[in-house]
Formats: sequence, structure tokens, C-alpha cells
Amino acid sequence: MTTEMKKVFSRPESLKDVQTHFCPGCQHGTTHRLVAEAMDHFGIKDQTIGVASVGCSVFLYGYFDIDVIEAPHGRAPAVATGAKRVHPNRPVFTYQGDGDLAAIGTSEIIHAANRGEHLTVIFVNNTTYGMTGGQMAPTTMPGQTTSTTPYGRDVTKAGYPIKMAELLSGLEGVAYSARVAVDTPKHVLQAAKVIRRAFQTQLDGKGFAFVEVLAACPTNWGMSPLQANERVGNEMIPYFPLGEYKG
Amino acid sequence: MTKRLFVKGNEAVAMGALEAGCRYYFGYPITPQSDIPEYISRELPKLGGEFIQAESEIASINMLLGASACGARAMTSSSSPGISLKQEGVSYMAGSECPGLIVNICRSGPGLGGIDASQADYFQATKGGGHGGYHIIVLAPASVQEMYDLTMLAFDLSDRYRVPAMILADAVIGQMKEALQPHPYTAPADLEPKNWALIGEGRAGEQKIVKSLYLGDGELEAHNNKLHAKYAVMQEKEVRYETVALADAQLIVTAYGSTARIAKTAVRLAREEGMKVGLLRPISLFPFPKAAYRQATQQGQRILCFELNNGQMVDDVRLAVPGIEVDFYGRPPGAGSLPTPEEFLAQIRSRYEA
Ligand SMILES: Cc1ncc(C[n+]2csc(CCOP(=O)(O)OP(=O)(O)O)c2C)c(N)n1
Ligand code: SF4
Repeated sequence: MTTEMKKVFSRPESLKDVQTHFCPGCQHGTTHRLVAEAMDHFGIKDQTIGVASVGCSVFLYGYFDIDVIEAPHGRAPAVATGAKRVHPNRPVFTYQGDGDLAAIGTSEIIHAANRGEHLTVIFVNNTTYGMTGGQMAPTTMPGQTTSTTPYGRDVTKAGYPIKMAELLSGLEGVAYSARVAVDTPKHVLQAAKVIRRAFQTQLDGKGFAFVEVLAACPTNWGMSPLQANERVGNEMIPYFPLGEYKG
Repeated sequence: MTKRLFVKGNEAVAMGALEAGCRYYFGYPITPQSDIPEYISRELPKLGGEFIQAESEIASINMLLGASACGARAMTSSSSPGISLKQEGVSYMAGSECPGLIVNICRSGPGLGGIDASQADYFQATKGGGHGGYHIIVLAPASVQEMYDLTMLAFDLSDRYRVPAMILADAVIGQMKEALQPHPYTAPADLEPKNWALIGEGRAGEQKIVKSLYLGDGELEAHNNKLHAKYAVMQEKEVRYETVALADAQLIVTAYGSTARIAKTAVRLAREEGMKVGLLRPISLFPFPKAAYRQATQQGQRILCFELNNGQMVDDVRLAVPGIEVDFYGRPPGAGSLPTPEEFLAQIRSRYEA
């Protein structure tokens, strides 16, 4: 009897065969993979334009084998708008952290969404500013200590975590808005499906599509990868409920 | 020959841009430049282009960055406070070598200042404006016709060098109406296709990356040196200026844009009084016509610089001609009052006799 070997797992074509700079347990890596799988699924790698933001995901072009434009901090949705207007037939996505999208870039994301730009936005919410060393983000949880909230986030002074997936779903121009996590195999499968849908929305010409990914940043949370992964389920998901908010 | 038109300077910029093949405009309203987006929002859709009234000047310049990275001829326009907001984006465009046109119909500042014509953004325009030690091409029209012609030139230079370009004018040049002779645009034969950009419906080969981040050992230094080598080439090849009655001039008046118009009248009046006075008007503010000043002052002639501010371009003039006496007369605009030719003439007289 001969056994045929079947390949059941391989690197998505849209990802380059390189090592990432992400810390151990960082969920940017998982999220990159899911985005790459979605591009593979639709066979759009050679058409897609990625717009990189400023944060730990700035090296988008280093990991995705696609055309990339690098945007200033927070401005990826505006850069993507300019690109999409020039290339209405090419899929365009932005990949942004929570400091980038929900603090400095709030204006750009709201207005790109409100114009119903045909873009897919991947929003990585790790409740902190990863790249600059773990300062408070707009998504930082109440009471969470960060390098700029050493006594914990005091909501009476620093406000409350912004729930972007819910907020954007209220805008007419938004065709699809959802929140996912990548902390368990089940959630990863759900996330894969949701990210595919967010690209499908754009490919169908339906309008703006938004996916918020709850992600661990073990380094700046001061946790082991395992502890950080558990925090996503124990603390983040109860505050930032998973689900499809629109579309 | 198309027939002559009687239009505003701002409209001439818009017409020149569309004629030069600009099909993407991104902007935010601000006086005294709103005629530009108004004209373009009306005419661009007819040409199949895209007009976006953005949520801010910050968004506008970043939309321009995105469109430019995709190989399009694209522009934004604003006035001083809005141009300040754009500076981070201009720096990114300079760093990622994205061409594109930025029009500044300058008003007075600092802060909200006023809406009078002003030349107080000279430093910001010519010295980089944003962070990181770069330059952009800066052209300064002095007539409605030049608003049209130099807009076309700005696109060509910007594309050729992959350096953002600015039209720097003010409320006088933007708002006044003059005769304009429109003419068809022809792209310079040697303009290369933008193979560096994300052109086409997809990838033909290698991944294209438009970025300004350089972290590898020595990469950023090499990148900066490359940018500055381009500026040096532009300094050799792309300087533009106008001279009036310089040949026998004992005193050289210099001014740009709206102020140069007043200065030109003052120089004519001075000539009528028998004074040997000439005018040197920089048209390109970056690259600055340093050699023209050296040429004009070979016999040690004095220079008198007029500006609509407290003195900015005069610094560049002084740097261009070490050892030459360079006087300055100017004032920041106030309550709609521009200097008169007689006011400049009085200055010329006092320096000429001195
Ligand atoms: C205009 C500007 N302000 C500040 C910074 C510094 N900065 C770089 S990344 C960053 C925050 C990144 O955090 P986030 O967007 O949450 O992404 P992460 O690194 O967590 O993935 C900041 C503040 C910058 N590059 N530009
Ligand atoms: S700092 Fe945080 S977000 Fe950045 S790579 Fe490390 S784990 Fe990931």
C-alpha cells in the first residue's frame, strides 16, 4: 500500500517567505496571515494595493507580496482614497493599529467610511501603542496600566475605550462592519470568514468594509504570549463584543 | 488659436491644471483660493476626473499622495493656514518622491491672520516647510497668464524630478482678472513613463513600494543624498527669472509675484526720472536664481528687495551675493492696503542717491 502525502497547510502565496519582526505571541502575524489567505482566496494578490500605516505593522510591504503605499500616521484611509479613485478596479485595503486609526486618524477613517469609499480596512485593536512602547491608546481598557497610565486608565480623565466597529456601523456609507478575535481556533476560523467577507464587499462594489481584530501585544502588556492570549478572551471580548455589526 | 479670455488668476490655475492633464483634485475650502475647487468641481467630472472635497487639508494632501503613488497627475490647493496643515504630507511626498501640485494662494498670518495678500509663506515654501530637510519646486506667478503657464510647467517639473511642486501666489494674483491666452498643453517629449508608481490594473512584475521609511544601515543617508543631488541638478537647469532694464542698471530692484508688479511700475517711474534702475524678478523661488543675482551685480551694484512681509526672500538674495549691499523694504499687509508704486519709488530714490 502506498500512502499519498496530501499538503494540508502551506504559506499563503500573498505572504513572502521571510521572518517577521513581530514579538513572540504578537497577533499581527496571525492577522497578516488571514489577510493573505483572503487575497489568495479571491486570487487578487497581483491587483491588490495595501496601504501601510505607522505602527508595528509599518513593514506591510516586507511581508505581503503586493504593491504597497506607506501612509503617514493615521492617514491611511485618505491615501487609500486617492489610490482607489485612480484605480477603481484594484482592491485597496488599509491595515491600521488602534493609535493610528482611532486616535490621530479618527477624522480620516470616519470620513472615508462616510463617503462609502470602496476600501477594506483591517483594524488591529491591541489596546495600546505597540511601536512606541505601550502608551495609552484610545482603546485602552478602563483601569489598564500602560506606560502613560501608570495608575491605570482613569475614565473620568482619559475617557473610555472607543468601540470603532459599533461606531462606524452607524454611518450610511459603511457596507460592512465586524469585530473578530484570533485567540482561539474557533475565533480564527470566524475571523478568516469575516476578513474574506470584507474583501468580498469591496469586490462586489458595495462600499466601505471594516474589520476590527482584537489582538494581543504580549510585550507591552508585560505578559507571556499565553497570558496575553488569555487576556483577549477574559478582558477584551467582554468589553468589545465580537460579531457582525453591519452587512 | 483659442480666443483670449478674461478670467481670475485662480481660474487660470484650474484651467492650466486641467489642460495639463490633471484629473484628480483634493481640497478643502479656504479664502482666497476657493475659486479653484469651485471651477474644478464643475469642469473635472466632464473630463472623467475625480474631485473630492475632503474633510481637511490633512486628508487632501494624503489623498494626493495616494493618487500620485498610483501614477496620476493630481493636485491640491489651499491658502496659508491650510498649507500649514499639509506640511507633514508634503514631507512624506518629498520623502517618497511623489510628484504632485500644491497651490498656495497665500494670505496673511501668523495664525488666522487675515485674508489680505501676503508673501509671508516664502520661508515655509522654499525651505522645506515640513520636517526632514527636503525642498519642493516653488514657482511664483506674477500674472493671470503665468498662473496658467506655470501651473503646466509645475506639473512637468514635478513629474520629471519626482519632487512635489508648489505654485506660490497670493490674493492679488489669485483674485484679479486679466486677459488669458489659453493654449494646448503638450507634454515634454522626454518625460518618462512613471514605472516607479503603481500604474496599470495590476502588477506586471516586481512588487511596487512607495515609501519614505529607510531603516537599513546607511539607507536613509543615501536617500537624502539622492534627493539633494536632484535639487542640485534643478539649481543648474530649472532656474527661471525675468529681468527688466538690467543692462545699465546702477541699482537692482528685486521682488516676486504681486510685489514684482508694483516694483515694475516703480522701476519704470524711476527710469522716467533718469535713474538707472533695473528689475530682477525670480519666477522659480526654489531653485532660486542665485547666479542671476551674481551676474547682475558684477560691478558691485546695490540691490533693493521689496516684499509683502517683514523680510524673507531678502535672506536668499544676501546669500547669493556675499559682499553686495542688499537693502530691504517691505511690510506685512494690513487692512487691504498694498504698497503703491510711489511708495516703492520713494525707497528707490533714497537708495539711488545714497
Ligand atoms: C505624526 C506622528 N505622531 C506620532 C508618531 C509616533 N508613533 C509611531 S507608531 C505610533 C502608535 C502606534 O500604535 P498603534 O497604531 O496602536 O499600532 P501598533 O504599533 O500597536 O500596532 C505612534 C504614536 C508618528 N510616527 N507620527
Ligand atoms: S510591540 Fe506589541 S504589537 Fe508590536 S510587534 Fe510586539 S507584540 Fe506586536
